[in-house]
Amino acid sequence: MRDRLIFTGQLLFTLTVAAFLVVPAILSISAGVTVNYFRGISSGVTLQWVFQVWDLYAGTILLSFVIAFATLAVTLLVGVPAAYALHTHGGRWSRIVEEVITLPIAIPGLAIALALILTYGGFGEFRRSWLFILTGHVIFTMPFMVRSVMAVFSTVDIKTLDEGAASLGASPVRRFLGVIVPNAVPGILAGALMVVTLSLGEFNLTWMLHTPSTKTLPIGLADSYASMRLEVASAYTLIFFVMIIPLLVAMQMFADREQGR
Amino acid sequence: MNVIGDHGASVRVETCGKTFVDGTRALEPATLDIARGETLVLLGPSGCGKTTMLRIIAGLELPDVGGKVLFDGKDMTSVPIEKRNVGMVFQSYALFPNMTVADNIGYGLKIRGVGKHERASRVAELVALTNITGLENRRITQLSGGQRQRVALARAVAIRPGILLLDEPLTALDAALRDRLRGELNRLLRALGITTIYVTHDQAEAMELGDRVVVMQKGVIAQVGTPREIYFEPNSRFVAEFIGAANIIEAPVENGQLLLPGGRQPIGGDANLTTAVAMIRPETIGIVAAGSAPLSGTIDSVSFIGDRQRMIIGGASSKIIAVDAPNTITAKAGERVGLLIAPDAVRLLPPGN
Ligand SMILES: Nc1ncnc2c1ncn2[C@@H]1O[C@H](COP(=O)(O)OP(=O)(O)OP(=O)(O)O)[C@@H](O)[C@H]1O
Ligand SMILES: [Mg+2]
Repeated sequence: MRDRLIFTGQLLFTLTVAAFLVVPAILSISAGVTVNYFRGISSGVTLQWVFQVWDLYAGTILLSFVIAFATLAVTLLVGVPAAYALHTHGGRWSRIVEEVITLPIAIPGLAIALALILTYGGFGEFRRSWLFILTGHVIFTMPFMVRSVMAVFSTVDIKTLDEGAASLGASPVRRFLGVIVPNAVPGILAGALMVVTLSLGEFNLTWMLHTPSTKTLPIGLADSYASMRLEVASAYTLIFFVMIIPLLVAMQMFADREQGR
Repeated sequence: MNVIGDHGASVRVETCGKTFVDGTRALEPATLDIARGETLVLLGPSGCGKTTMLRIIAGLELPDVGGKVLFDGKDMTSVPIEKRNVGMVFQSYALFPNMTVADNIGYGLKIRGVGKHERASRVAELVALTNITGLENRRITQLSGGQRQRVALARAVAIRPGILLLDEPLTALDAALRDRLRGELNRLLRALGITTIYVTHDQAEAMELGDRVVVMQKGVIAQVGTPREIYFEPNSRFVAEFIGAANIIEAPVENGQLLLPGGRQPIGGDANLTTAVAMIRPETIGIVAAGSAPLSGTIDSVSFIGDRQRMIIGGASSKIIAVDAPNTITAKAGERVGLLIAPDAVRLLPPGN
C-alpha cells in the first residue's frame, strides 16, 4: 500500500515535470499551424505560416546546413588526426592540449566571438562571409569531436593496433586510414552527430558573428520572434524541430547502441 | 614461392641502453649478437627489460645515445619499424578488429602491393600452416585465445620477415593450451628458419624454444648461453634459482669437501677454497640407504608427482634440500636416508647474489 502511494507520487511528479517541459514546446509548435493564435486552435489549422517562413528563410536554413556540414568536414579532417596524434605521441602534453581545446566549451560564446572579431574583424571579405561563422563553429565544436574520438581510442588500445600495422610495413598515413579510422568509427559517428547538432543550434557565438547576409537557423528564429507575428515565429520553431529532432534521435540511438556493446 | 625457407637476417644489438623520459632506467647498455636463423629467447622476471629490448630491435623504441641496432651488418638504428621488415607478435596480439582473419593475415602483403591472387594463395598457405582452416572469414572477436594467437603468428610471418619478434605470445593462454601451442610453435619456427627473438618469463618455454637463452635481471643481462649451459652452468645465484629448481648451499670447505651438518660432500674445483656457494639440482641427488653416502639427512616430506617424487630433506644442510627421486623409491617422511651426489653435479657459484 505504502509502496503504491510512493510509486503514484513519483509518477505524478515525473509527469508534471515532463509536462512542464513539453507543453511549451507543443504550444509553440501548434501556434505555428494555427490561423490566429489569439483566437486559439478553433480559428483553424493552416500551413500558410510554414510556407511564409520557408519563403523568407529558405536561404538561412540552407546556409545553416552548409555551415553545419562544413563544420563537420573541418572537425573531421582536423579533429580525428589530432586525436590520433595526441593519443599516440601526446605523452604528458596530451592532457594540456586536451584542456586547451576544451576551453571553448567553458568560455562564453560571446567572448569567443568578440575575440574573433577583434582579431579578424579587419579582414572585410572574411568578416562578411559565412566562413567567419564557420570559424566560430569549428572552435566551439572541435573539442566534442576530439574528445569523443579520444574516448574510443582509449578503449580499443589504438597504440598497439598502430604498432601492429607499422610492423607489417604500413606507413603512418596508411595505418591511419586503414586501421585507426575504421576502429574509431563509433567515436567519429558520435562526434559527428554532436558537431552537426551543436552547429545547427548554436546561437550565442553566431549572434555576434553574423551579418544580415550570413544568418543561421537560430538567428533567423530570433529575428522572426523580434519582428513578425507570433504564428510565423512559431512556424519557424516547427521547422527547426523538424530539422533537428531526427538528428537528436539518431544521436540517442547511437548512444544506446554503444551502451549495449 | 613458399613461406617456408631461409630468409633470416642476423642481428647485432650494440651497447643499447634505454632510459625512458620519466627517468626509468629500463635497460643497461647491452650487446647481443643473434645469428641468421637462430632462435634467441629473452628470459627474466617481470619488469627486467625484456619487452624494452625487443622493442628496440623492432624499431618501436629508440635506444639511448650510443646504442646501435644492426641487421646483417647494416645500421638500422634510425630506421622506423615499417621499413625494418620485422614480423612481430604482440602479447595482446594487436589483431585488427575491423578485418576478417584472412584480411588480417593478408594485410602486410596488401601493403607491399602483392596482387589479389597471390595474396589469397599465400594466406591459404599460412592458414593451413597454422591450423586455422575454416576460420578465414571470421571476425577477430569471434575467435578463441588460441586461435587469435595463431592468426597473429600467421600475420607476422606472412610478410616473410627477416626477423620474427614475439613478446610473450603464449602468456595470455591457459596452461594446457600453452603447452600444446609451445610444441607447435617450436616446430613452426624450426620449419620457417627465420631469425627469431622470443620474449618470455617462463623458463620451460625458454628451454624448449631457444637455441640460446638470454637471462635478464633488472635491466642487465645476467647470462647468455644454450639452455644446457644456463641450466647446468649458471654463473650466478640468480640464474641458478630462476632456471629450474636449485638447492643453494653456503658452507665452509675443507680438503675439497663441503662441511655440512649432515656430513661431508666432495666438490670439484679449487682445492684451496675455504668457503663456497654451491648449487645442486634436485634431480642429480640420489637417495640411498643411510650410511652408504658421506652425506645424510631426514625426510621431512614426500610429494608424489607421478613421473617422479619430490622429497624435502632436513638436517643434511643448514637449509632444507629438495630431491627429485625416481617414483619407484618407497621412503617415508621421518626416515633417515643417505644423499649421494657426484662431485661434478655440484656447481660452485660466485659468492654474493
Ligand atoms: N614507456 C615507458 N615509460 C616508462 N617506463 C617504462 C615504459 N615502458 C616500460 N617501462 C619500465 O621499464 C622497465 C622494464 O619494462 P619492460 O616492459 O621492458 O619489462 P618486461 O621485462 O617486459 O616485463 P614483463 O614481463 O612484465 O612484460 C619496467 O620497470 C617498466 O615499468
Ligand atoms: Mg614485457
